[in-house]
Amino acid sequence: MEEITYGQAVRDAMREELQRDENVFLMGEDIGVYGGAFGITFGMIDEFGPDRVRDTPISEAAIVGAGVGAAMVGMRPIVEIMFSDFLTLASDQIMNQAAKIHYMLGGKAKVPLVVRTPGGSGTGAAAQHSQSLEALFAHIPGLKVVMPSSPYDVKGLLKTAIRDDNPVVFFEHKLLYSKKGEVPDTDYTVPFGEAEIKRSGSDITVFATSIMVHRALEAAEQLANENISVEVIDPKTLVPLDTETIVKSVIKTGRLMIVQEACKRGGFASEVVAEVVESEAFGYLDAPITRVAGKNIPIPYSKKLEAAAVPQVEDIVKAVKEELLQ
Amino acid sequence: MKLSKKLKLRMLEQMLLTRYFEEKVDELFAKGLIHGTTHLSIGEEAMAAGPVNALKADDFMAITHRGHGSCIAKGADINIMMAELMGKETGYCKGKGGSIHVANLEEGNLGANGIVGGGIPIATGAALAQKMQNTGKIVLCFFGDGASNEGTFHESLNMASIWQLPIVYVCVNNMYGMSTCIDDVCPTNNISDRASAYQMEGITIDGNDVLEMFEVTNNAVIKARKGQGPTLIEGLTYRWKGHSKSDANLYRTREEIEEWKKKCPIKRFQTYLIEQKIMSEEEIKKMEESSLETIERAVEFAEQSPYPSLDALEEDLYAY
Ligand SMILES: Cc1ncc(C[n+]2csc(CCOP(=O)(O)OP(=O)(O)O)c2C)c(N)n1
Ligand SMILES: [Mg+2]
Repeated sequence: MEEITYGQAVRDAMREELQRDENVFLMGEDIGVYGGAFGITFGMIDEFGPDRVRDTPISEAAIVGAGVGAAMVGMRPIVEIMFSDFLTLASDQIMNQAAKIHYMLGGKAKVPLVVRTPGGSGTGAAAQHSQSLEALFAHIPGLKVVMPSSPYDVKGLLKTAIRDDNPVVFFEHKLLYSKKGEVPDTDYTVPFGEAEIKRSGSDITVFATSIMVHRALEAAEQLANENISVEVIDPKTLVPLDTETIVKSVIKTGRLMIVQEACKRGGFASEVVAEVVESEAFGYLDAPITRVAGKNIPIPYSKKLEAAAVPQVEDIVKAVKEELLQ
Repeated sequence: MKLSKKLKLRMLEQMLLTRYFEEKVDELFAKGLIHGTTHLSIGEEAMAAGPVNALKADDFMAITHRGHGSCIAKGADINIMMAELMGKETGYCKGKGGSIHVANLEEGNLGANGIVGGGIPIATGAALAQKMQNTGKIVLCFFGDGASNEGTFHESLNMASIWQLPIVYVCVNNMYGMSTCIDDVCPTNNISDRASAYQMEGITIDGNDVLEMFEVTNNAVIKARKGQGPTLIEGLTYRWKGHSKSDANLYRTREEIEEWKKKCPIKRFQTYLIEQKIMSEEEIKKMEESSLETIERAVEFAEQSPYPSLDALEEDLYAY
């Protein structure tokens, strides 16, 4: 086991898959010499050459669309969209094309495409570079949606994504790139649709995604000092979603809180609430379910405002205490 | 066309203010007083002052993420700009936008844009409105070489041409979109060649020559105002600094950067002004000093301004 960063884990997953399968290639803006806006592909062009680590024009619709086309005829492209906000420029190719092709063509074609992209706020990049758009894509049938929180998970999930025969929207988090964690040197994958209990507890279940897993764990640690026992669940993939693990946990704790960075309205948290309410866990709930989420606003630039726009550790701690009083 | 002395002095002053403003921003960024990201146009000052001065005060412009110079040329208040970059309540966007979102409709500034190519259709729509409302105003649309590979560029130019809109497209070709050299991502020699696909006039000129930038834009502005349709002007220039806050310059050589520094648009204009006896060295020095003072005052203003209160968080989401 070695300690590496989340960013390094992403790079390692891609390097190993490029070595393993000649049909895998990368495409994106400034991913060559520059190494991508976050340096994730840095050095890869030297190892794999400009054909397989392919710099593109600034043309998001064509980048993803070309990925769809190449995937349909046998390749396994990984395209990088520099900021997840720019997925919207390629949304036709993702939502109307990639997502629908397999079904619409009666299963005759497949689109083994990975769209990697960093999301989230916290870098002062303001409204058009800081969004968390996962719910938009989770809404579209035919897409798989991944949100890894740790170096171990991001590496294993990215490999699974690359080997999957369906289009996968793979949300990394800008603030997690420098986060370190243990990753084995062996070839391993992390399966889709299997949530992980990152911390077990008995008083309340906290379901969190991406960077919010870390904030929830920190909150759980603080709350443990006050004898509050928090169970933290990381779904890892939103589509497919492991409802079973959540339902079981809620039956055990009787309380559920969902923490997401994205705006509250129409966010993925709402889907989790619905899944739980529709399940056998409903009867076990001792209190209303709480969503701790981003405010329903674009992300502002000024530092304090930016921090206040999305959940912080203190917000989770406070919300858990309030929930336990109910 | 004979340009007045007043206009020439104004253009020089705007270029100086832009240079000093951005050098200050660079410094404040390094000190952590400005956060997030910022894109400096040092070396490209003629590409803002030239075209923008061809506009009347109530004409519109849409600018890019590298837009400090165009804001200044359009008459933006430097104090308020600096406050925005520092995330202060007194800033143009009340601290909510930052460097890549400076806008002020009252000054005809439709805004910088965080989305490459995002401003091109917006400018086109503003031009459509001028035509429909018969205002006689025109729109200037800035974008980079890299942006000309976005679909929005092609869709907008096509639309502006079929509808003969009162708009002038100005491509700031600084040779690179981030690390990507335009030669690697555009098959035609010039970006202006792309205009021919839309039956539009396309011109490529020296973007470090503020007088030429002014004149060529001015002609296109006159044409647009007469209802004779859009023009695409490409100015060739160079960005001295990295793409944004950090950039190791791995995609270009030190020699190339040094070569372009020799072609400084400000030095060049100053030499012209002295040679033509329009300004003395003394006068130029004075202008430089007063411009530096303006920037210092802007920093003071911004530093003394309050940060937005948390009450502002959910304000301004919808218009009433
Ligand atoms: C839609 C979109 N794609 C990518 C980016 C990231 N990005 C910001 S600026 C830039 C380069 C733009 O190049 P150009 O248009 O030549 O303008 P310059 O930066 O050279 O002034 C890129 C790729 C973005 N902001 N928006
Ligand atoms: Mg450029």
